[in-house]
Amino acid sequence: MDNPESSYQLQPQRVAAEFLRLLPISLFVVAFGVAFGLAAVPTGLAPVEATLMSLLVFAGASQFAALDMWGQQVSLVPLMAVVFAINSRHILMGASLYPVFRRLSPVRRYGLLLVLTDANWAIAAQDYQNGRHNLEVILGGGLALVLAWLTGTAIGAWFGQLLTDPAALGLDMVLGCFLLAMALGGRRNPRILVAWSVAAIVTMMAYWWLPPHMHVVAGALAGGVVGFFWLDKPAR
Amino acid sequence: MMIETTASGTLFLFLVMGLVTLVTRFGGVFLMSLVPINPRIESFINAMASSVLIAIVVPQAFAGDWGARAALLVTAALMLATHKPLPSIAAGILAAALVRFLF
Repeated sequence: MDNPESSYQLQPQRVAAEFLRLLPISLFVVAFGVAFGLAAVPTGLAPVEATLMSLLVFAGASQFAALDMWGQQVSLVPLMAVVFAINSRHILMGASLYPVFRRLSPVRRYGLLLVLTDANWAIAAQDYQNGRHNLEVILGGGLALVLAWLTGTAIGAWFGQLLTDPAALGLDMVLGCFLLAMALGGRRNPRILVAWSVAAIVTMMAYWWLPPHMHVVAGALAGGVVGFFWLDKPAR
Repeated sequence: MMIETTASGTLFLFLVMGLVTLVTRFGGVFLMSLVPINPRIESFINAMASSVLIAIVVPQAFAGDWGARAALLVTAALMLATHKPLPSIAAGILAAALVRFLF
């Protein structure tokens, strides 16, 4: 068990191991990417442009939303607002791993954050809940996920008709099932179950009554407030 | 402000999207570096972390079709019974595909 105050040493062989560990889920991300590439071309994006977007943005849900706004002209401020709203969950994800990230130098810290996304974060967060600091999964897993996202986008954009209806194969549920499995694999106690219930209720109220794309942040913050007022007995 | 989706306009839009996304990726860690960490803050971020997962999944169950619900239900049941993520996820996806094929 390493000292949580000491500086973090990234171990290359563990980075490689985490890369391999996330390859199975990356296959699903390839399928996701195919769906994105497929959807991008009819909006007027060239295949190389769709792939470039995946490289520069690397955030699937917001990229799909951007396609809905794409045309001869795109209005800048609404695009920025939608991308920010959908991706604002990253702020909470990064914040939740701050006690681990702060053990890196600023250059490495923000370098690793370039590839922070749902799947590698979910594993790192679960490990953190279990008292283990794991930044190798952010880097190694993140690289696997970036590669998968780019590969999928390129395949979908160039060789479109391979996979016309990802939902019929259940592929739209990959991320949901993955995140649910991660949540249920973590520590559970009355405090966390109350936090989840509050989060679920606030999420659905925000989903129905607030402007679009705000429900994830609203629900997660509500769950956090439960933690703020209800302290866990020191378990670590 | 409207941006023409010419080659350079498209690149500009991608860069803006990338930059906005980068702000979200960096923002949480940056903000936390300004906040002193104490047990209360730590408890807040711990509860918030798994609530993010719930907040993404719950609307899929409520607003999604029966395929989505079957997928989440099967994944949850298998995960609680076996604690093995990959088989649980695979079974969930299969359940969605099956429900959508049948109904």
